[in-house]
Amino acid sequence: MNLSLRSPSAGTIVAFKAIVFALCLLPAVNLALGWQANALGANPIETITRASGEWTLRLLLITLAVTPLRRFSGLHWLLRLRRMLGLFAFAYALGHFAIYLWLDQFFDWNAIALDILDRPFITVGFAAFVLLIPLAATSNSFAIRRLGGRRWQSLHRSVYAIAIFAVVHFWWLVKADIGRPLLYASILAVLLGLRGWWRELERRRQLSVPPPAKHLEKKVIRLVPRQ
Amino acid sequence: STRLQTVPSALSTTEPLSERDAVTGYNNFYEFGTDKADPARNAHKMEVRPWTVRVEGLVGKPRRFDIDELLRLAPLEERIYRLRCVEGWSMVVPWVGFPLAALLKEVEPLGSAKYVEFVTHYDPKIMIRDVLDWPYTEGLRLDEALHPLTLLAVGVYGEALPKQNGAPLRLVVPWKYGFKSAKSIVTIRLTEKEPATAWNKFAPQEYGFYSNVNPEVRHPRWSQATERRIGELRKRPTQMFNGYAEQVASLYQGMDLKKFY
Repeated sequence: MNLSLRSPSAGTIVAFKAIVFALCLLPAVNLALGWQANALGANPIETITRASGEWTLRLLLITLAVTPLRRFSGLHWLLRLRRMLGLFAFAYALGHFAIYLWLDQFFDWNAIALDILDRPFITVGFAAFVLLIPLAATSNSFAIRRLGGRRWQSLHRSVYAIAIFAVVHFWWLVKADIGRPLLYASILAVLLGLRGWWRELERRRQLSVPPPAKHLEKKVIRLVPRQ
Repeated sequence: STRLQTVPSALSTTEPLSERDAVTGYNNFYEFGTDKADPARNAHKMEVRPWTVRVEGLVGKPRRFDIDELLRLAPLEERIYRLRCVEGWSMVVPWVGFPLAALLKEVEPLGSAKYVEFVTHYDPKIMIRDVLDWPYTEGLRLDEALHPLTLLAVGVYGEALPKQNGAPLRLVVPWKYGFKSAKSIVTIRLTEKEPATAWNKFAPQEYGFYSNVNPEVRHPRWSQATERRIGELRKRPTQMFNGYAEQVASLYQGMDLKKFY
């Protein structure tokens, strides 16, 4: 096994992926066992609704942290965990939504429609979930090839909006104690702020270099390194 | 703790009681934390003996009552009431207490008194500093306060109130959302003007002074048409005035309950 952190062997990466997979699954397993054992407090539906929602948000933020972590650490292989993290975020969102439809509302479609249309915190949470669906559906190499890297990338930039919607959803839900939503909002602000800052640096860098030679003008210049 | 001597009440519901663990472990008492399990974890820090309650304002005989005096003021009744939280859950709780009217009679309210303000215990050394504007205050119209359903509770499940439930003395107004029922009361003040109340000050568009349980007046962020009885899976329809319409609807005759929510 290659123990070099900078360029681990394929086997090490697979092992690492397996560990992250298990860790991502842990909260769901915990909730399922707690439900079985009747150990989720007086209002177990509220407990699993809250937990699945909060894990969605955490996983979204972790997914968005991959790129900054990779840039700061130089561990480029971290990128290979991102798809799995994003899919787990979607899985928890799906669970959260299913709990709401089934256990919370018991498929009372009138009440659900009213909730989505009339209650801003649900509207914005629902929007975040709907926007996640195309990202989950195109999170495979086939979709990347079909869409082309650029279109795929601009589609997947909607994850920034999704993360903002998810934080707003939580913020508007709480009655008075905004501590937790504020924590997530701050982390998201840092993650998005870094990207804005990098963009600005890149813009300045491009302004400072001489214009490209005539024969390169209409060609795509790859700014992202190949995987 | 010791059993309290109680007499049964005709005002009790016959619905099955919520589990004791839920009643004493799933609480909103924001001074001790905003998670439902926080009060049961943190309220032990509060000293509830000695405890005095000042009754003052527009009364003929303002007085301080020692808590042991209050326990002997009137026969303790067991009152099994529905409790509906503004968050959409409900319980059935066997309170022990006596009508607030019995206490108010002792101090002889003046004709000018129109409202009753309740001020609760606040100790920044053991309680949360932010979230709401402490101390927590609540209020009732005088006729609501004098209504036979309005209870000063000193116990639950036949024993003295656990601290997380608002020991040693709390209000219980069963036809209003739970937050109206102030916990760990230290001052009861009769006033001419409608008193400011904690949640109303925090978000007036969400929590009105009256806050009667009303399935037709929705909270801006969630429906009030249904509720989940703790311990049950399916939601049930919420009843007007939490099922106490027969006793209290007359208090609000001619009032637009959408306006006075």
